[in-house]
Amino acid sequence: MTNLTDLGIAAIRDGFKAGDFTARDVASAFNDAVAGAKSLNAFIVETPEIALAAADQADKDRASGSLKPLSGVPIGMKDLFATKDVQTTAASHILEGFVPQYESTVSGKLWNAGAGMLGKLNLDQFAMGSSNETSFFGNVISPWRRNNGDTAALAPGGSSGGTSSAIAARLVPGATGTDTGGSIRQPAAFTGISGIKPTYGRCSRWGIVAFASSLDQAGPMARDVRDCAILLENMAGFDPKDSTSLDLPVPNWEAALSADLKGKRVGIPKEYRVDGMPAEIDALWEQGIAWLKDAGAEIVNVSLPHTQYALPAYYIIAPAEASSNLARYDGVRYGLRDLPDGANLQDMYAATRAAGFGDEVKRRILIGTYVLSAGFYDAYYTQAQKVRTLIARDFDQAWEKCDLLLTPTAPSAAFGLGEKSDDPLAMYLNDVFTVPTSLAGLPAMSVPGGLDALGLPLGLQIIGKALDEQTVLNAGLAIEERAGFTARADKWW
Amino acid sequence: MSSYRIQGTTGEWEVVIGLEVHAQVTSNSKLFSGAAASFGAEPNTQVSLVDAAMPGMLPVPNAECIRQAVRTGLAIDAQINRWSRFDRKNYFYADLPQGYQISQLYHPLVGEGHLEIDADEKAGILEAKRIGVERIHVEQDAGKLMHDQHPTRSYVDLNRSGVALMEIVSRPDMTSPAEAGAYLRKLRAILRYVGSCDGNMEEGSMRADVNVSVRRAGEELGTRTETKNVNSVRFVMQAIEHEANRQVDVLEAGGKIVQETRLFNPDTGTTRSMRSKEDAHDYRYFPDPDLLPLELTEAFVEECRASLPELPDAKRARYVDVLGISAYNAAVLTAEVETARWFEALLDEGAEAKQAANWVMSELFGALNRLGKSIEDSPVSPAQAAELLTLVTDGTLSGSLAKQVFEKMLETGDSAGTIVERDGLKQTSDTGAIEAVIADVLAKNPGQLEQYRSGKEALFGFFVGQTMKAMAGKANPAVVNELLKKALG
Repeated sequence: MTNLTDLGIAAIRDGFKAGDFTARDVASAFNDAVAGAKSLNAFIVETPEIALAAADQADKDRASGSLKPLSGVPIGMKDLFATKDVQTTAASHILEGFVPQYESTVSGKLWNAGAGMLGKLNLDQFAMGSSNETSFFGNVISPWRRNNGDTAALAPGGSSGGTSSAIAARLVPGATGTDTGGSIRQPAAFTGISGIKPTYGRCSRWGIVAFASSLDQAGPMARDVRDCAILLENMAGFDPKDSTSLDLPVPNWEAALSADLKGKRVGIPKEYRVDGMPAEIDALWEQGIAWLKDAGAEIVNVSLPHTQYALPAYYIIAPAEASSNLARYDGVRYGLRDLPDGANLQDMYAATRAAGFGDEVKRRILIGTYVLSAGFYDAYYTQAQKVRTLIARDFDQAWEKCDLLLTPTAPSAAFGLGEKSDDPLAMYLNDVFTVPTSLAGLPAMSVPGGLDALGLPLGLQIIGKALDEQTVLNAGLAIEERAGFTARADKWW
Repeated sequence: MSSYRIQGTTGEWEVVIGLEVHAQVTSNSKLFSGAAASFGAEPNTQVSLVDAAMPGMLPVPNAECIRQAVRTGLAIDAQINRWSRFDRKNYFYADLPQGYQISQLYHPLVGEGHLEIDADEKAGILEAKRIGVERIHVEQDAGKLMHDQHPTRSYVDLNRSGVALMEIVSRPDMTSPAEAGAYLRKLRAILRYVGSCDGNMEEGSMRADVNVSVRRAGEELGTRTETKNVNSVRFVMQAIEHEANRQVDVLEAGGKIVQETRLFNPDTGTTRSMRSKEDAHDYRYFPDPDLLPLELTEAFVEECRASLPELPDAKRARYVDVLGISAYNAAVLTAEVETARWFEALLDEGAEAKQAANWVMSELFGALNRLGKSIEDSPVSPAQAAELLTLVTDGTLSGSLAKQVFEKMLETGDSAGTIVERDGLKQTSDTGAIEAVIADVLAKNPGQLEQYRSGKEALFGFFVGQTMKAMAGKANPAVVNELLKKALG
């Protein structure tokens, strides 16, 4: 019998439907894998009983002929999604022990589609970070190691690092991520898996702990493109509880998957050739271009002239929104309350927030508070919004010449834990290729393209027009088929 | 310009007043959540996950609140901004769960408008005056802190958290406490006509921030202070009076007015400093990224316009021009929407306008005053009143009989017709009966008769009174007059 944890989502769904195994078998296998991988620290809460209960329901539904789209499929849930009766922390101390009485729209859709929950996945605190080193519950460790005998713990990327690590280590076949400036794509690239951030507004933000409202977007992460399409179909959709949600039907992305790119023009933005980028990444990019040509696409050179301003603009807008979004964590109604003897209200706020937020969260609250302050607002926030408009216009102009863009996902392979954690600017540079798309609200995906000389995965990013997830997924599939990426981390944990 | 001036020791000072009125929007649910918005519920029973700012909760605008604000704007002839946007006003307080209030700083829903206050010579308002309204924006209310529940702790009631408010910002066009009072009363009347706010200042559904400065005639505007959350017309007038005099005292003593926020104390009628500009919060306003800009269609605005009732100024003009009611009566009858509604119901029941207006102004208001009741709680309905007035018109009742019948209606709740029948209060025009009584009256008062006949014609009234008294008020006064003249020859 196959090792069930080696199966992806489509394979589990189809094999379960065909009667090759029971849902309980699948859930048990993944529960065991989760239980055996504590050293990766990918989970904040494990929920084996919930996975088994969903599996038992799936087995009953199969017997009664009422299968749902994800019946029999257990998944992981990033701990940024509120889950009813299950602790939801955003990897923060301030929400430690917080158990919502409500279910986020996206997670609720997945459960209604028959999926079961294996646990709540670790992340950078409040989704702020690119290495998963800012979690209050400890670093997530990538299952990947360099092939030179160095056993240094590597970053799984961030902020969806629990998700990427768990998928790469075969602890879950797929899971949810959220992406504000690259938090799905960069960790996917670091761990050799696929992940798509859909168009802003495709997935409801209701019940997702907010980081930066105008940028936050949920999306799936999984082992391959098809699995991403399957999950995304069951996550997306209009939600009247989110004013920014798009009132559009959800396409049948999986059914329309096609690696044939004839008639598609792929733009190569020259501004993404940054100084100091490893030659291997450049080479992979060239390889990706060749693969897409081979799939029938025409390659065109394009310019996104304001790219260099994207990162500074992002690090104004995202912290500005975060500084306000995180004001609700004040010790008054839920979560941590630190009330020193004789404290007044202001003292309580100060003590609670000092104890409850980690350094990176505090850094961003400070930046955000500063850029919104009287006298600085126009110089920073207003200016950043103008840049955002220009970035969006760059893409609009590029779409006159092409249908999608191909770029590297990140400027480096996974780095070691601790290597960049003292240098926030170096850390922020990880997002240089992913941030412009977030600012423009466009769909973008990372797929694995190959390994670097140290045996670590590298990802390619495909960026599409608004609402054109299909072309993004198709191009991802074309690369996937040609890259034949089968490498996986050797089990050491 | 009002005649109001502060007499300082160094001369006269003018007062400049602007009001920011917070009016709670009449709506079943809150501005951005489905929780109920009614007053007086048990603490924390009208709180949704959004109102409590639970993690991941998002605001969704309530169309009814927007509609009410647009209708209010149209009622003061204001520009309706078809594109507006919500901003976050950031500050920490225990009654503000989100850590920010969703408001509209940069792009309010309603722009420039105005309303008219009437001349009121007694109050020093020499002629009718237009007061500008700079803007109306919609925003969330905060919750309420309760300090009297526990010896060392404060409690928070979030029932009000997220309730929709309109902030109606006037131009600094008022120059006396009386003008400010008239503006507030007029604004309140319009809100109640429109039905967008119940105007109930005691329950806090309408309150005012009062901006006051003073200056010498013809000089630039002085530095202003803002007195927060004043919750009655009288208190607003008191706050202005006190604040203007305080500022004059400071200036005349060589001091400077500090731009600051002040608090009004209703017990003393004075204001005191709450915080100065230096201590003012930096609210870090920015567009709320959870909400899309609010874009209104022409059809929506037109639907709002079509839904507006006849407003007080138009109604008053119609009462005078079409119904022939006196200007004073028309002003009183249209000042409050409930009065106008009651009066128009009376007309709908067939009462004649001028007669009905006089009767409401004298008889009904007198009775309600005596009983301490408002017109909505009137023991006599418009239909019952119309029946009474018809009995006067058709000669069944004289004016004084009508008063008697009305008293009995108030006491018993019975209809006028029933009372007339039961108590035999019908007036009589039976000339034979009246002549007999007159003959009797003349016979019993020979002295007065003698005086009258020798020229003291003022005694005519005496004979009328005696005749009416003898007939228990039931004689038709016109017939009595006519027959008496004949008998006195």
